[in-house]
Amino acid sequence: MRIAAPMLAFGLLAAPPALAQAPDAALLAGSCQGCHGATGEGGHGIPSIKQQQTRAEFVAAMRAFRANERPSTVMGRITRGYTDAEIAALAVHFGKPE
Amino acid sequence: MTLARRSLLAAAPALAAATLAAPRAARAQAGAGRVVILGGGFGGASAARFARDRFPQLDITLIERSRTFTTCPYGNLVLAGRRDMASITFGYERLAARGVRVVHQAAVAVDAGAKRVRLADGAQVPYDKLIVSPGIDLRWGAIEGYDEAASARMPHGWVPSLQPISVLAAQLRAMRDGGVFVMAIPDNPFRCPPGPYERISMVAEYLKRHKPRSKIIALDAKNGFSKQPLFQDAWAELYPGMVEWRGASNDGRVVRVRPAEMEVETEFGDRVKGDVINVIPPQMAASIAREAGLAAASGWCPIRPTTFESAQVPDVYVLGDATVAAPMPKSGFAASSHAKHAVACIAASLAGRPTPPAVFFNTCYSHVGDDYGISIVGVFRGTPERIVEVEGSGGISPRNEALGARARDFRKLEALYADGWYDAITNEMFG
Ligand SMILES: Cc1cc2nc3c(=O)[nH]c(=O)nc-3n(C[C@H](O)[C@H](O)[C@H](O)COP(=O)(O)OP(=O)(O)OC[C@H]3O[C@@H](n4cnc5c(N)ncnc54)[C@H](O)[C@@H]3O)c2cc1C
Repeated sequence: MRIAAPMLAFGLLAAPPALAQAPDAALLAGSCQGCHGATGEGGHGIPSIKQQQTRAEFVAAMRAFRANERPSTVMGRITRGYTDAEIAALAVHFGKPE
Repeated sequence: MTLARRSLLAAAPALAAATLAAPRAARAQAGAGRVVILGGGFGGASAARFARDRFPQLDITLIERSRTFTTCPYGNLVLAGRRDMASITFGYERLAARGVRVVHQAAVAVDAGAKRVRLADGAQVPYDKLIVSPGIDLRWGAIEGYDEAASARMPHGWVPSLQPISVLAAQLRAMRDGGVFVMAIPDNPFRCPPGPYERISMVAEYLKRHKPRSKIIALDAKNGFSKQPLFQDAWAELYPGMVEWRGASNDGRVVRVRPAEMEVETEFGDRVKGDVINVIPPQMAASIAREAGLAAASGWCPIRPTTFESAQVPDVYVLGDATVAAPMPKSGFAASSHAKHAVACIAASLAGRPTPPAVFFNTCYSHVGDDYGISIVGVFRGTPERIVEVEGSGGISPRNEALGARARDFRKLEALYADGWYDAITNEMFG
């Protein structure tokens, strides 16, 4: 909760006007798939992100990367480029079905 | 796994046949249309796969002159002796089995008025929307004396369809211990900004192991380069005394080559001899894009940053290295990011829906030594005027002093993830 507020602010600041439109989850997921594989299955030490976590866990993990509270090689640098709304859409795409 | 694979394989031809046999029926569907993709490299193959998986209502034709595609990425690892050509070469059979109509012909002209592409065999391919991702051409003669004939003596190894990396690798293998490997590196913009420096690293790894008395002299037309502090730290750490890099302000710009003397000459007249000379010349969008009227005077193709539709020709979308898409680099990952977005925009346009928000992504890994990888990340958004990098995101891997005791593991992980990236993206294109 402590990190949620500043991150939301960050998301709003970073968002150009076009983002009034809802994120396209399948299109955003295309970027993740470049490394995590066509279905998010991972490989070569790259973790699977295919239905490994609940949506809430997925969002929490991305926020922890973004805040540098969870160590990573590239994920911190990546997650700082996405808004909360986009991460939520990706959580629905990759998370366990609910 | 094996079973699922088999049944998929078995089902695929039937699926392909159905798709091919029923274009008319498909067109009756909402948002249907004929999408023709010119060029089956990082942009084109990614576009074909994404379109086929996500938009079954689209009829997809891929025009590619070669039967196989050898990637530039991991070509530098062939120089190091870590990879062979077969492991970086792929075929189009699986894309065809997925229902993409693959036509192995060179496209010779685009008639944007009649909306069709003419092939070398005379056939005409009509389109509703055309995607053009033909890569680059080299500017022969931009460096005096560097033409196609000269490139046999002084290989570029930068466009696999013109010259496989194996040509440069063979020269490196034949070089004597104590020899000099010279590189000429161009100014921006060019294909793969970190590529020349990964190449320096992989050549150094090979020389350190097999010809440790040799040297690398890199002559650069710029004063700085991608991931520079990380590369230079690694060269000092792994290959001390082996690599000399000279930037433009240190007379690094090569303006003339003399293949017969195995010599290059810089802007201010310094002559540098090499036992092996790798010239990476200035570049431009591939000829078909320029001839189709897609390129500006710069030789590169301006696009609308929200859709990747050509800024000059309607209903034609340009992807990858051929485009003006700075601050995105000319990388394979960037080309595949353009591809997915352009396909989604095309599908939206054909269905009369608004275009999706333009979010682009890139990660470029470089191998610099054994178990030693580094990366640069970028997240980008398209506005009507330009592409912008999201502030506060992306950037390069941390330097050693910032990582402290974690440095070794970090580099090792990035080398591992680089391999994961390569497998994932080539599997997406050709798997
Ligand atoms: C040494 C090196 C290392 C690299 N490493 C990386 C890396 O680690 N990561 C990364 O992301 N990128 C890397 N790149 C960059 C990457 O290779 C390019 O950015 C990428 O290939 C661009 O994709 P593209 O679709 O624009 O062109 P290409 O991949 O070159 O594809 C173009 C295709 O179009 C075909 N074509 C062209 N004209 C015609 C025609 N008239 N008719 C029919 N077919 C035609 C060609 O045959 C070719 O197959 C590297 C490049 C180099 C040189």
